[in-house]
Amino acid sequence: MPRHEPPGRSQGEYRSPRGEGILMNWRQAFERNPVLVLAALLVLLQVLVSVFAGFIAPYDPVAQAVDARMAAPSAEYWLGTDKFGRDVLSRIIHGYRSSLGIAFSAVFFALLLGGSLGTWAGYKGGWADRIVMRLADILFAFPIMLLAIGVIAILGTTTVSTIIAIAVVYAPIFARLLRGPTLVLRGADYIHAARSFGASDLRIIFKHIMPNLVSVILVQASLSLSTAILLEASLSFLGIGAQPPAPSLGRMLSEGRDYMSLAPWAAIFSGFAILLASLGFNLLGDGLRDHLDPRLRGLN
Amino acid sequence: MSKLIFRRLLELAGVLLGVSVLVFLMIRLIPGDAAQVMLGASGDASETQVRQLREKLGLNDTLPVQYGRWIGAMAQGDFGASIWTGKPVIEEIGQRIGVTAELTALSLLLAVVFSVPAGALMAYFRGSKSDVVMRVVTITGVTMPGFWLGALLIFAWAVWFPGWQTLGSIPPFAEDPWQHLQRMFLPTVTCALPVVASLARIMRSAMVDALGQDYIRTARAKGLGEWTVTFKHALRNSLIPFVTALGIMAGYLFSGAIVVEQVFAIPGLGRLMLGAIADRNYPLIQASILVVTCGFVLLNAVIDLLYRVIDKRAGAAP
Repeated sequence: MPRHEPPGRSQGEYRSPRGEGILMNWRQAFERNPVLVLAALLVLLQVLVSVFAGFIAPYDPVAQAVDARMAAPSAEYWLGTDKFGRDVLSRIIHGYRSSLGIAFSAVFFALLLGGSLGTWAGYKGGWADRIVMRLADILFAFPIMLLAIGVIAILGTTTVSTIIAIAVVYAPIFARLLRGPTLVLRGADYIHAARSFGASDLRIIFKHIMPNLVSVILVQASLSLSTAILLEASLSFLGIGAQPPAPSLGRMLSEGRDYMSLAPWAAIFSGFAILLASLGFNLLGDGLRDHLDPRLRGLN
Repeated sequence: MSKLIFRRLLELAGVLLGVSVLVFLMIRLIPGDAAQVMLGASGDASETQVRQLREKLGLNDTLPVQYGRWIGAMAQGDFGASIWTGKPVIEEIGQRIGVTAELTALSLLLAVVFSVPAGALMAYFRGSKSDVVMRVVTITGVTMPGFWLGALLIFAWAVWFPGWQTLGSIPPFAEDPWQHLQRMFLPTVTCALPVVASLARIMRSAMVDALGQDYIRTARAKGLGEWTVTFKHALRNSLIPFVTALGIMAGYLFSGAIVVEQVFAIPGLGRLMLGAIADRNYPLIQASILVVTCGFVLLNAVIDLLYRVIDKRAGAAP
């Protein structure tokens, strides 16, 4: 027995304080909400693929096999090759990394900026609240694609401006989302109690308010990731996202359309990859919402 | 009620003002010298050209003066001139926006026609095993990338209906109504599908909410069948949240239309704006964003007002 293992906790005897092992939780969760578990696995798989893209991809995504242009899917090239003889599967794997990377960064910045402004607005109330919420209203007024196009027109077509454009689209969502509950919570008795003990505003926000918002944030972040992936793919499809040689699922699809009658697999599989990525996060967010909502818990 | 309308109008004016300020600031937020950047797209520009353009755009004055002049000119119908062709941008937008607006409107119509019965049926069959299936199907619909669906449809049509032209500009309705509608069919379906799915979900949850209300219990208690209760009593009351969502969905559809246009090579507003980004034709981008956004703000305001007229209970709420 390894020395670091505490006595009495080996050989599967260990149970969490609630009397159920982690495996039990998974099985229970699956029985109660199979879609959520499958979505979580799909997302996990995609994250792993993007993180280890360099190890998983069978070929160099930009290497051109001159003798295998537009090769059909085969044992050698699982998803075929494109018009330059590049392996479609390897390009999709690297495309995942870039799509998920951009979507994660954009949603992270949206949450950081929009979320903190929203929390601050809800906590302070008054003028701060009015200004932040009016600003959110104004950003909401723009159709998302026009807002993104506007930002990209200013900053140029680079990966960073794609991230900023998507973050600007999602920041007001997080601002509105976190402002409401903060506004309610700041009047709660335990917040008054914390304040009477001399806790600072920042401490109250992070220590006493934030823990209540975690589930709302998780659900919205997951749903936002799903649509951010689609928005990123749309922008790169339109040619105003990340520019070559950066890999991109949207651009692969756009290029693949040109020779769709000769080698449809390039366009078909890259589009399917976008759908899977977006679908995974959307199902996850949707399932989490049901799972974390105390009103729905235990109803089925 | 009139007090409420006044307050709404004030809010509306505030949003329009904010939108115009943001769009105005666009050119000023460009890193570096905007005039230099704009001329840079055409290769090397002389110092005089840059100075002239800066003068023409009024970039030398203070921001409030610039804004005042900009908004004043627009009030007189002058949205600026394209920096390359010199033509008024509003003319170019006017020529292109028609097909994009039509695509948005047709897809919205299609989405409403399909999502109301779909959502109602989903609510009727709620709680059964098919619920999970319908949930996965609708979420797949919501996350379906329009440009992929469009590309697949074009591919399929080329195989199934070789005579059916799918790409390129669309003949006006007045010239050839049949050809026009035939050509609009695929783009409309492509644009509408994700919105059918999300509207069906909204409809379903509105229906499920409505089915939990007291008047439904009354209707059941007096012996009405479940079918009548669902499709007559609950459906009518579920339409209120549904109509509210329509305004937002119209904005999504417009965003989608810009992408779908590109898939079907339709020269609409999307193509115009993408060209403008490549050419750094900022007055054109600014005017397009401003016109479309203000259009949607006004549309949503009208929907909001209608909603309050229809639903007397909401009239009292702020």
